Amino acid sequence: MQFGIFSVSDITTDPTTGRTPTEAQRIKDIVTIAKHAEQAGLDVFALGEHHNEPFFSSSPTTTLAYIAAQTTTLQLSTATTLITTNDPVKIAEDFAMLQHLADGRVDLMLGRGNTGPVYPWFGKDIRAGIPLALENYGLLHKLWREHVVDWEGKFRTPLQSFTSTPRPLDDVPPFVWHGSIRSPQIAEQAAYYGDGFFANHIFWPASHTERMVGLYRQRFEHYGHGSADQAIVGLGGQVFMRRNSQDAVKEFRPYFDNAPVYGHGPSLEDFTRETPLTVGSPQQVIDRTLGFRDYVGDYQRQLWLMDHAGLPLKTVLEQLDILGEEVVPVLRKEFTSLKPAHVPDAPTHASLLAARAEKKEEVQA
Amino acid sequence: MKQRNLVVISSGLSQPSSTRLLADQLSAAAVGAAARLGVTLDVQVIELRDLAHDITDNMLTGFAKPALKQAQDSVAAADALIVVTPVFSASYSGLFKSFFDVLDKDVLTGKPVMMAATAGTARHSLVLEHALRPLFAYLRAAILPTSVFAAGDDWGANSVEGPLRGRIERAATELAIEVERREPATVTDPFALTESFENMIKNL
Repeated sequence: MQFGIFSVSDITTDPTTGRTPTEAQRIKDIVTIAKHAEQAGLDVFALGEHHNEPFFSSSPTTTLAYIAAQTTTLQLSTATTLITTNDPVKIAEDFAMLQHLADGRVDLMLGRGNTGPVYPWFGKDIRAGIPLALENYGLLHKLWREHVVDWEGKFRTPLQSFTSTPRPLDDVPPFVWHGSIRSPQIAEQAAYYGDGFFANHIFWPASHTERMVGLYRQRFEHYGHGSADQAIVGLGGQVFMRRNSQDAVKEFRPYFDNAPVYGHGPSLEDFTRETPLTVGSPQQVIDRTLGFRDYVGDYQRQLWLMDHAGLPLKTVLEQLDILGEEVVPVLRKEFTSLKPAHVPDAPTHASLLAARAEKKEEVQA
Repeated sequence: MKQRNLVVISSGLSQPSSTRLLADQLSAAAVGAAARLGVTLDVQVIELRDLAHDITDNMLTGFAKPALKQAQDSVAAADALIVVTPVFSASYSGLFKSFFDVLDKDVLTGKPVMMAATAGTARHSLVLEHALRPLFAYLRAAILPTSVFAAGDDWGANSVEGPLRGRIERAATELAIEVERREPATVTDPFALTESFENMIKNL
């Protein structure tokens, strides 16, 4: 099982000090955070994509390539890459390029993006979000698997004799996760291709995640990629920890109360009860996280949101240390002992390469 | 006897509330009218005051907490609704509107809805026509022709069997007829897959 963090790249005022980091500072901080995640023993760093303030991450592959150069084991991913407003040709090129630079430590998570005004800036319409996701991914999938592509669709200019360069590293396309909160069509899309499904999970009741993952697993089996429990599932999570749970609540409350997305709404206590948010001791985080398995089954990737709502860098790094020292080692052991042997791990470049070699041998034999 | 579900939504704030009083008279009349057509109506009353915080939280977070979720599920499963609001600043109350703002927009499609309002004076009676009727038309509800308005005067000692009673009975009969002739309400599951991948691609 993989453990890691994901960042939405928000630049938010720290409500306890009134200080707002500059873009320059926050961008450097995210690199520090990613490197620290590797040092703390985490496996994955995923970065969001936004094209509006107060977010900085408009160009995730640039940031991820820079991080790749300064890390050795960290798997680099996105949370999410916009499959609706980006040109699939550019996604194919950018991520194949990143794959080469990062020696294959790359996968990506596709999402539609729910910020209405962004769509027209890229000549698109949010009402066509699902069709855009379906058509664009169809093209992206093809570009990574066929050398010369002829293609015609509804949303993009046709392609004739086009080759996306560079080709994926070792001709193995990056593994793709499809993310969606409550659109069954996206769970179906992930299942159809045998790709991964990532449930954002945070900010929403667990029942959403349970239904979406259930549907994805059932359709994964329907399309013949394996049994339902072999489907590749990732989950988000949101935690804040201190040794003493009261200290965690006290320290996190001002960040919670003023956070973008859910701030000035429900109480911390309500939100903790209704969503996967856990504010407390490392043991509480361990217990809560193990409980996710009860409604999604054995899953492959757990990412936490750690660096949002104006939390200072120092605090974020402390949180990563707590994850690395006290939480993840226990979860790794527990989840491993619970997982049956036939349930696969999250695909990596190495495992996909090995799987292809095995398939070739089977064909030859 | 057929069994059907009636959900009554009342957004009065005070205790006792004339909005709730009207809601109770309307639902009692609807139960009676339905019984005469061979339909047992089970009534559930939803007081929006109890859900006010949940409704605001739903607006801010995008999801309903358990009590509000239960109310939303009841509305979705209802065979008919009676909705009653006090008139605030010449329109429905903000709480009343907010409840429908956070309700899934397809939930009321084709559902019989009886509209009613209360106010201090009869001068507000057209609120039903210029505020409530467009709202429920937008939500594609099957709005009953008779809507019921009650002003302070209608609750007077001399008007117990007066014009208000007549309007209540007429609206109740319309509701009973609509419920009786329909199949029971079905609830659509928002997480259900309605189309296979192949079809979605074909219909891009």
